[in-house]
Amino acid sequence: MKSLLLIGWRTLTKPSGYYSLGALVIGGFIAGIIFWGGFNTALEVTNTEAFCISCHEMENNVYEELKTTIHFTNRSGVRATCPDCHVPHNWTSKIARKMQASKEVWGTIFGTINTREKFLVHRRRLAENEWRRLKANDSLECRNCHNFDYMDFTAQSERAAYQHSTALASGEKTCIDCHKGIAHKLPDMKGVEGW
Amino acid sequence: MKDLKLVSIAGLIALLSTLFLAPILTSFTVHAADKAERNTVATLRDHTEIDSQKEPNPIPKVINNDIKKARNYPMQPPVIPHTIRSYEVNKYNNKCMSCHSRHRTEKSQAPMVSVTHFMNRDGNFLAEISPRRYFCNQCHVTQLDAEPLVENTFIDMHSLMKQKTANTTEH
Repeated sequence: MKSLLLIGWRTLTKPSGYYSLGALVIGGFIAGIIFWGGFNTALEVTNTEAFCISCHEMENNVYEELKTTIHFTNRSGVRATCPDCHVPHNWTSKIARKMQASKEVWGTIFGTINTREKFLVHRRRLAENEWRRLKANDSLECRNCHNFDYMDFTAQSERAAYQHSTALASGEKTCIDCHKGIAHKLPDMKGVEGW
Repeated sequence: MKDLKLVSIAGLIALLSTLFLAPILTSFTVHAADKAERNTVATLRDHTEIDSQKEPNPIPKVINNDIKKARNYPMQPPVIPHTIRSYEVNKYNNKCMSCHSRHRTEKSQAPMVSVTHFMNRDGNFLAEISPRRYFCNQCHVTQLDAEPLVENTFIDMHSLMKQKTANTTEH
C-alpha cells in the first residue's frame, strides 16, 4: 500500500519523460474545461425543479402545496422554482448548501419522510431549518427577486407599506419574520414568535 | 222525482269535481308562477341553456382598503376589509389570530376579537378564544368589488325607526 502511494507520488513529482510541455499544458487545459464544465453542468442539473421533484417526498408534499400559491401562478407569469428560494445563488454558499443537501439524499434513501404522515411529523423541524437559514442571511433568497430599493410603497396596501417602511427598512425585521408559510403550508406554529 | 235525483247527482259530481280538480289546477298555476319567477332571478349563469357552458365572469377583486364597514345590525359579524389569501386556519394554526388575538393587538394595531369569542356556550369566559369561535370564516368574510346579482331590500332597524318617527310627527 505504502509502495503504491510512493510510485504515485514519484510520477507526480518527476518531470515528464515522454510528453511535450505543450501537449501537457494544452491537454491539461482541455481536461480542465471538461472537468470544470462537467462539474458545473452536473451541479446545475441538481439545481432544477425537475430534479427536486424527482423524489416523491418533494413532489407529493411541498410541490403540491406550492402550486396553490402566488409563487407558482400569478398575474405576470413570473414564478419561483424550488432552487430560487432554497439554494443560494452565489457560488460558495451554493456549494455549502449542496453539501448540506447530502443529508437529504440520506433521507430519501432511508425513507425518513416517505409518507405524508412522516413528513408532517418532521415538518416543524424542516421548516425551522429554512427559517433559520433565511433569518441568518437576511432573507437573501427572497431579496434575489424582491429588491427593497425598488419597492413602490404607494402600490402596496396601507398595512404592507407601513410595515415595510418601518420594521423592514430599519432592518429590525427581515422578510421571513412575517412571511412564513407563503409557499408551503405551515407546521404547528405553537411557540413561534409572532403567532 | 227522477229528475230531481238526476239534478242532485249532477250537482254532487260538479261539487266533487271542483273539490278534486281545484287544488290540481291551482298547483299548476303556482308551478308556472314559480318557474317564471325563477327565470327572472339573476344567476351567475345568466340564463345560459342548461346544456351549454357559459364563458365564466371575471373574478372580482377582494376589497383590501382596511376601512371598516358599517354593520347592518348590532350583532352582525364585522366583514374583513383586507385580503386573506392563503391565510391558514386549521387545527395547527390560525393566521387571523396572529394579529387579532388579545396579546397580538398591541403590535398589530388590529381590532381584538370581541369578548364573546372567549365565552363558551354556558357564558363562562375562557383564557383563549373558544373552540366554537375558532374558524373565523364561518362568520367573517371578505367583500368583493362586484355588483350585487340581486337588489338588497334590507332596511336596518335604525332607518326603520327613523322612518316611523318621521311618519308619526307628520300626523
